[in-house]
Amino acid sequence: MGIAHEMAKKQREISVAEFFQKNKHILGFDSMTKSLIVSVKEAVDNSLDACEEARILPDIYVEIKNVGKDEYQMIVEDNGPGIIRKNIPLVFGKLLYGSRFHALRQSRGQQGIGISAVVLYGQLSSGKPARVISKIKDEEVAYEVLLTINTKKNEPRIIKEEPVLWDREQGTRIEVTMKARYTKSKQSVYEYLQQTAIVNPHAQITLVEPDGKKTVFRRVTSKLPLPVKEIKPHPHGIELGELVNMARTTKAYRITSFLTSEFSRVSPKIASKICKIAYLYEEMRPQELSLSEARRILDSFAKVKLMAPPTDCLSPIGETLIKKGLKNVLGSLRPGFYAQPITRDPKVYSGNPFIVEVGMVYGGELPKDQPVHILRFANRVPLLYQQGADVITKAISSVDWRRYGLEQRRGQGIPVGPAIILVHVASTRVPFTSEAKEAIADVPEIREEIILALKSIGRQLKMYRVKKEKKKKLSEKFFIVNQLLPEIARKSAEIVEKPVPRLEPVITKIMNVIWIDESIEKKNGKLIIKVRIANFTDEKQSFKLYADYPVGEAEGSDGNIEDDYIHWDITIEPVSYQYHKFMLRDATGYSETTYYVDGINPNKVIGAEPLPGDWNLKLDFVEEIDDENEGESEGDEDIEEVSDYEQ
Amino acid sequence: MSSDDALKKLYEIAEQVYDELNRGEIPKMQLAARHKGNIVFDPRTGVWKYGENKITRSAKKLDGGYMILRTLYIMEFIKEMIHTKKSSTLREMYYISEGWNLAKFHSQDESNKLAEDLEIITGFLREDFKLRPEEDGASVIGNITVEEINRKGKPMRINCRDDVGDSGYLIPYNVESDKLKFVDVDADFVIGIETGGMFDRLVENGFDEKSRAILVHIKGQPARSTRRLLKRMNEELGLPVVIFTDGDPWSFRIFASIAYGAIKTAHISEYLATPTAEFVGVTASDIVNYDLPTDKLNDRDIAALQAELKDPRFNTPFWKGEIELMLQIKKKAEQQALAKYGLDYVTDTYLPEKLTEIGVLK
Repeated sequence: MGIAHEMAKKQREISVAEFFQKNKHILGFDSMTKSLIVSVKEAVDNSLDACEEARILPDIYVEIKNVGKDEYQMIVEDNGPGIIRKNIPLVFGKLLYGSRFHALRQSRGQQGIGISAVVLYGQLSSGKPARVISKIKDEEVAYEVLLTINTKKNEPRIIKEEPVLWDREQGTRIEVTMKARYTKSKQSVYEYLQQTAIVNPHAQITLVEPDGKKTVFRRVTSKLPLPVKEIKPHPHGIELGELVNMARTTKAYRITSFLTSEFSRVSPKIASKICKIAYLYEEMRPQELSLSEARRILDSFAKVKLMAPPTDCLSPIGETLIKKGLKNVLGSLRPGFYAQPITRDPKVYSGNPFIVEVGMVYGGELPKDQPVHILRFANRVPLLYQQGADVITKAISSVDWRRYGLEQRRGQGIPVGPAIILVHVASTRVPFTSEAKEAIADVPEIREEIILALKSIGRQLKMYRVKKEKKKKLSEKFFIVNQLLPEIARKSAEIVEKPVPRLEPVITKIMNVIWIDESIEKKNGKLIIKVRIANFTDEKQSFKLYADYPVGEAEGSDGNIEDDYIHWDITIEPVSYQYHKFMLRDATGYSETTYYVDGINPNKVIGAEPLPGDWNLKLDFVEEIDDENEGESEGDEDIEEVSDYEQ
Repeated sequence: MSSDDALKKLYEIAEQVYDELNRGEIPKMQLAARHKGNIVFDPRTGVWKYGENKITRSAKKLDGGYMILRTLYIMEFIKEMIHTKKSSTLREMYYISEGWNLAKFHSQDESNKLAEDLEIITGFLREDFKLRPEEDGASVIGNITVEEINRKGKPMRINCRDDVGDSGYLIPYNVESDKLKFVDVDADFVIGIETGGMFDRLVENGFDEKSRAILVHIKGQPARSTRRLLKRMNEELGLPVVIFTDGDPWSFRIFASIAYGAIKTAHISEYLATPTAEFVGVTASDIVNYDLPTDKLNDRDIAALQAELKDPRFNTPFWKGEIELMLQIKKKAEQQALAKYGLDYVTDTYLPEKLTEIGVLK
């Protein structure tokens, strides 16, 4: 054997252990605290991915046990489909093994470095093997495997493998002992799982901490996210090495069929165009592609017009579930306002489709004098570290939040105020800044999308604050006419020794509005909604009042119940009150009813909007148009790309 | 008696509020706007008074509503005091308002301000309403004999040099002639001193006897009674009044309130201001000429100086020059910084020089 072969052999044998030791920090194992979190993350990500793929509602159990000085055992168990016996050692005992390595789809792990690195870290730091139990549905028994990784050959070394009885229908359990430190502060296992629960509202996650404290992050929806489709790589997202690799391993015989079958959006016509531009014979065998020829192909990719990659392969969390997730995790903390979360339309960067979602809660009991709390997610995985390097942080910092009502020095940087901002970026390939996948790289297309979403959520915040301010002013007036003025009248009458004057004319002068508000009472699972109308004008008023309730079924009203709204014909004397009511069944998540008036100058009415002109056509539609108008008046931020084609 | 007239005036306000309500109008009160944009120089009296700008406080707004209601309660309270021949401090009124339900004051600032508002609306002094400030202990040392009516209602003669201790004669809150009379004086001028430390220095150095001066410790921003006393000494005894303060923007304001009238009390500038009072120092020029130890101006100081440039009371060549110089050197100095040249320097050199310059000393 020649010397080069000798060397090559050695090169290959530079053990994965050594590689791991040298690159621990890149992989995220750079401190004892972080190593534990990263380990939990890898295991939980795997479980969630496996469950989703198998269309199972995930039920994940995480336990951290203190087993020695600075030594902890991590146990993660799921109800996923299980792993067939012969694959168990490969999944857990071979680095870079995994079903996902060559597939492009939105997944948590995205690369198979994950769980086996945890096994390796455990073995290197504690000297103890990992224990895996897995059972698939059709089999009688589970298999228990004790294994380590042969660090020279990057192969699993099985210490013990035997069938065991396991009282689960299916699932996988992994136990790894490692050097670690457990914290309860920020950037902890707890926080990681809490945030995981926010963006995975379909999962139930249980955590048992070393002190025995058990926390259950409960499932808030039984709807699984839509299954994500695998897509072939788009020519614009490919790198030279990948291209060469793909060409080597393809089953295609001709370069054109290689291009059409292995890439998305490449038609035969475009494939021959690519070959032409790259000066290649269309009949050429892809396996024989040289490096310089591959580079020519890559160059010609940029010169042909290609449709953007399909985007139906992405699975956003969705507006409702973001809201639910935030509510669930905030627990007893009551914010004043939940913004309607924003899910943007899918967009593309370098041939990779991505989608941005933003949610926000504001006010109430959230701390007022601290920077807003930022929750970052990539493909439903919380990002806890490297906040400063993340495109999400950069986008948030570049928005001028002062115009939306948060404090911010000089209109840049992380704003200060009682708010939590959630940003989720989903993509078939999330561009991380490093292998540790702790921060999303600053890609202009992604940053732009995040900014647009943040701005539209900012506008909601502003609307909310304006409304609140208006309410406050009016409640001041209420106080004046109901308390202060009667007291002034009484006292002045007492001093001048005359009868107390009538206040109605003064009240109408101060208020001069018709006031509509509601109060809610819960009874036997139903909501009883009382509508109060106060006529603070000096005339008798007649108008129509419409109640457009957001959820549930209406019943028991003194008005006319129509398809999805209620209406009353109101006649009310000057300076008097009137009360109406209706009940709602199945109205969980009820926020407030929107009231509309017709047949009266809407400027005179507080607490109701003018009836939209095309009310009877479709209300939702009308509301959407309103939103857009609002966006346009603020500038052209919201104008979307019309073309599906990339330049 | 003026208290009865003041009460009558308050009663008229209550009547007006009642009538407005009866007519279906929103009750309101009108008073002069109290900011520096609304003070004008009155050539007849030589002081600055409120101009024509009025603000209306109506029950349409929370603060107007509270003001009207509180005025009604105060009226009752004053009526009661006049009947029982009592008076109360502003602080006591604040506490008494505890029992006024909605009209209760939330801070003493609120009650002090309303007392001033009522002066402006009615044209009477708060003393007429039987309201008085807390004793603030400003004091006088010098060869002047006064006769004060004491608690027992008997006149009491005090020579402010021989009959007092080191702290001097304490100025009572009421210094009107029915309470305080000047009997005899043997001095050439009156000097108001901002800080206690400097007052004590002049006392210890015997400046009052050496320079035939009456020393008045004005204690920072001087109370009304202190300003009123300075004015009376100036007008009735014909003594020139000079003011000696720190060299910073806030001290300039102290001088302005004594000489030209304070913005807060411009409705009674005629009673309180001494238009002929002169500023001795410390000026910005003094800082330069006497090479005094200094502190740097902070942001608030600079803002205050810039505000003074827009204040009509400081619109004179002297003040414009001094304010601009201070902004230029960006420095301020305390009056005690003169100790740099020794303890006697202020009385032996600085004051004689400055007072000669002004023409008070020949």
